[in-house]
Formats: sequence, structure tokens, C-alpha cells
Amino acid sequence: MFRFIARRFLQTIPVLFIIATLTFFLMKSTKGGPFDTEKATTPEIKKQLEAHYGLNKPVWAQYLDYMGNLVQGDLGPSFKYAGWKVTELIAGAFPVSLELGCYALAVALTIGMIMGFVAALRPNSAMDYVPMSLATLGICLPTFVMGPLLILTFGIALGWFNSSGWFFMSDRVLPALTLGGYYAAYTSRIARSGMMEILSQDFIRTARAKGATEWRVIFKHAFKGAIQPVVTLTAPVTASMVTGSFIVEKIFDIPGMGRFFVTAAFNRDLTLVVGLVLFYATLIVVLNLIADIVLVWLNPRLRFE
Amino acid sequence: MAAPQTIPDLPPLEPIEQGTSLWKDAVRRFLKNKMAVFGLGFVLLLTIAAIAAPLFVKSFSAQNLAYGAQPPSSAHWLGTDVLGRDLLSRVLYGSRISLAVGVCATLVSLTIGVFYGAISGYLGGKTDAVMMRVVDILYALPFTVFVILLMVIFGRNIILLFMAIGAVEWLTVARIVRGQVLSLRKQEFIEAAIALGLRKRAIILRHLVPNVLGITIIYATLTVPSVMLLEAALSFLGFGVQPPMSSLGVLIDEGAKTIEEFPWLLIFPGVVFSVTLFSLNFLGDGLRDALDPKAAKD
Repeated sequence: MFRFIARRFLQTIPVLFIIATLTFFLMKSTKGGPFDTEKATTPEIKKQLEAHYGLNKPVWAQYLDYMGNLVQGDLGPSFKYAGWKVTELIAGAFPVSLELGCYALAVALTIGMIMGFVAALRPNSAMDYVPMSLATLGICLPTFVMGPLLILTFGIALGWFNSSGWFFMSDRVLPALTLGGYYAAYTSRIARSGMMEILSQDFIRTARAKGATEWRVIFKHAFKGAIQPVVTLTAPVTASMVTGSFIVEKIFDIPGMGRFFVTAAFNRDLTLVVGLVLFYATLIVVLNLIADIVLVWLNPRLRFE
Repeated sequence: MAAPQTIPDLPPLEPIEQGTSLWKDAVRRFLKNKMAVFGLGFVLLLTIAAIAAPLFVKSFSAQNLAYGAQPPSSAHWLGTDVLGRDLLSRVLYGSRISLAVGVCATLVSLTIGVFYGAISGYLGGKTDAVMMRVVDILYALPFTVFVILLMVIFGRNIILLFMAIGAVEWLTVARIVRGQVLSLRKQEFIEAAIALGLRKRAIILRHLVPNVLGITIIYATLTVPSVMLLEAALSFLGFGVQPPMSSLGVLIDEGAKTIEEFPWLLIFPGVVFSVTLFSLNFLGDGLRDALDPKAAKD
């Protein structure tokens, strides 16, 4: 187990290195910098700005500086938020996005698994059709339609929640439902087919033949196998939640990292954009690593593949 | 003398059972799938309406500020937006762009994916391992983040949007095609081609690629909705289609801003977009079930 984790961990390092190099050179190849404003800057001021941010050195020297700082966990200064380091900006915004992501993932997994398992226990009955129709509906309603519709219903018409903001606990409900609902629909489909496949296997029949109660069959024997496809799905789902979070943070006006990223991209604040790209990539690579480890823990056979 | 016996009428000949071709069989199976037929119908209807839009609606950008944000009426079936532009025209023109992005970006991603997968699968060995490792790595990345990065670097431009989306959507195609090629390359006609002395390039282009086109077409119908979703998400964030052009994503963004006052501006584009996604997904599923030779014959 330890060797497996160590090997997978070592594999992530070249991936992150390639991403860092790629984003750096993409950034360098862009025309027009962050200091191009509508007012013409005098060449002297521009020179000073470039010297301050180390942009006057040759590209390879900039690359070495950048990678050197990166290894020490420093993503450089933001071009637009003067006096702020990219890492400080991320440290401020990430907890908000993390909180939103955790709620949304909790919504996606609990609702999705409950719906999927219930549907799998009585296939082709009303208990199967109702949750699965809901899931189909959920998949076809993208977050940017779902969010405003929830605001319209629960925020404006019924007045139960605030339409936007991130101040009270109740402000978390609608964003978490918007972001989580879409993936709850996905999860329920996967959970249903996972559970149905496990329930058709021999060891389940054996357990039933030996007189195990239905409850015990499902939770003691089938559960561990049935959640494997859900775990496999969790890493890509979390990755695409990043995209969803851009949208949900915009709709509900949440001061998280997604909104930062979108603003930074509009401002051409290149260091901040690159820093956030790297941060997102690291986050997702780490999540994939965790998902792999959990999968191996659930199914030891995978260790040898 | 007994009356001459009349020859009894022979029972009508049983119609000889016609062998159903693979194609006929597929059509029959497809038509049995009600949701898929509905999907096909809606997609065709929307495509025709979107293409023919210039024939029967006035300008999608004609403004009439005195007539701003009216609810649906007989003159403007879906109402008008804040600038007094007819929403039905805007939805039709928006669908044009959304569908065009969906189709073009899908073509880009299919082209890359088919060739990448075919080369990787046919060459095999170390080349295959490296090429697939690259796909695995790219799979693990947040695509939208990269599309946004590309849009920042190269500027917001609709052609680039096709390219950027196509460039991130080819991975699954590459995997599927590689799998197909792996099983194809063991077959006799490939051996025959090798025996005839064809070069690798010719084998891949002339023999492998045409054989994987079937599965590619099925997969394409499933890629179109995911591309449209990505385009709409980008447009919603402001990175996609730029005014005065509009896509369904742009319309949904505009509608979401004024949802308290003029909810129809969100609801109509939202419904059209959702039903389109729904239709394309069912159409793709239906095609896969109908054409996949491995699917059980019912």
C-alpha cells in the first residue's frame, strides 16, 4: 500500500512541472501586457514597472526565477492588485470556495447515492422511475439555468432565502443545491448501475441464502462494492465542480476563488491567472491521487495492475 | 357422376421472410425508442428554424427603446428584452451560434481525436504508452480553466472559441478510437494490407480511419451537447461569444441579470437550451443503442 501511494505520488510531480512550464510559456507568448492602459504610459515608467516585476530579464532567466520561487511556494506578485502576492490572494479566497465545494459535494453524494440505491433496489417500479426521471431532468438543467430558477422560486417568489451574498448560514443553501444538484443527478445514475451490478452477483445470493436480512445484505455485503464507481466518479466531478463554481459564484455573488479567476482573466492579470491555473491543477491532481488511493483501499486487486 | 372437384384455393403464400439488413434493423430499433425520436425531431426542428431564421424574422439586433422589456404578446411571441429587441428572433439567432459552435468544435475535436487515437492504437508499444499517458494527464486537468487561459492569451474570438473547445474535447474520442483500432489491427484485412506492402500512413488513413467512423458518428452526437454546454458556460461568464452576436449562453446570462423584473428573458432561452441538450443526449443514446453491433437484438 505504501509503495503504491509513493509511486502514484512521484508520478504527479512531472505532471505539475509540465503544467507550470506550459502555462509560463503560454503567458509569455501573449501580446499586450497588464500595464497596457488606455492612457499612454511613458517609456520610463514602463521600464521601471518591468524592472520591478523582473520582466526586463531574458525569458530563460525569468523562467528560472519563476520556477525557483514556485518550488518555495511563491507564485509572485499580482500585477493588478498592487502590493498583494498571488498566494495571499488565494489564501483569502480559497476557504470560501472550499466551503461551497464541500457543501455541494455533500449534496451531490448524499442525494445522488440515496436516489441511486433506492432506484436499484426495486428496478422498473415507481421507486425506480421517479428518481431516475428526476436525474434525467437534473442533467439537462445546467447550473446557469438552475441557479437563477432557484433564486426566482425560493429567493424572490417564496422569500425563504437571500438571492445573493455569503453572510449567513442560510446563504449557503441555494448555491450548494445549484452546484450539487447537477452532480447528484450524475451520481444517482452511476450509483444505481453500480448497486444493480453488485446485487446480481453470486456472493449476494449466498448471503441471502444463508438468511441475512435485506438490510445486512445491502449495507454489509453490497455497499462497499457498489460505491466504487461513485468514488471513481468523484474526482472528475470535483474537477468539473471547479467550472461550476465559476458560474455559481457569479450567480450568487460569492467572494470565492472562481470569481477571482474570472476577474483576473478579464484584467489580464497574468501572474494571478497563472497562479490560479497552477493551484487548480494541483488541487485536481491531488484529488485524483486521493481517489486512486481510496479505490485501492476499497478493492485491493487494483494494487497489482 | 360427381361434379368435377374444384381445386381448393391454395392458402396464400407465406411471404418469404426478408433478411433485415444491419441498416434497416438499426432504423427499426431507433424508431422504437420514443425519446430518441423526439430528440431527433426537436433537433431537426431547431436546426431548420435556426437556419431559416433570416427568412421570417426581422433583425435580431433591431432596438426599440420605447418598447423595452415587454412580456410575451401576439406581436412578440416571447416578449422583448431590455433594449426592445424581439426575444424570439434573438433565441433563433442565438441557437444558430450555439449549434454552429457545437457542430464546428465537435468536428475539430473529432479530427484530432480520430487521428490521435488511430495512430496511437496502430503503432502500439512505447509510442502508444506515451501518447495515452499524455491523454491521462490532460484528463486530470480542469478544462474550462485552460479554455479561459487560452481565451485570455489569444483574445476573445469566435474561431478561437471553436479551436479551444475542440482542443479540450478530443480526449474521449481518442480513447474510444484507440480501443477500436486495437481490436481492428489484428484482423485479416490489415494483415493483407501489410502483406501488400502498404505504408503505415496509408494503412491508418485508408483502412483504419474509415472503419472507426461509425462509432465516431455516434460519439459525435454525444459530444455536441457537451460542447454546447461548455460554450454556454463560457458565454455566461463573458468569455464566449461577444456582442452584438449572441448565443443561448449569452441570452441566459442577460436573462439572469434581470430575473426579478423580467423573468421571461431567462425562462425562454433556458427552456430552449435545456430541451436542446435533453434532445441531443437522447438522440445520441438512441443512435448508440441502434447502431452498436454489440447491443442485444431485441
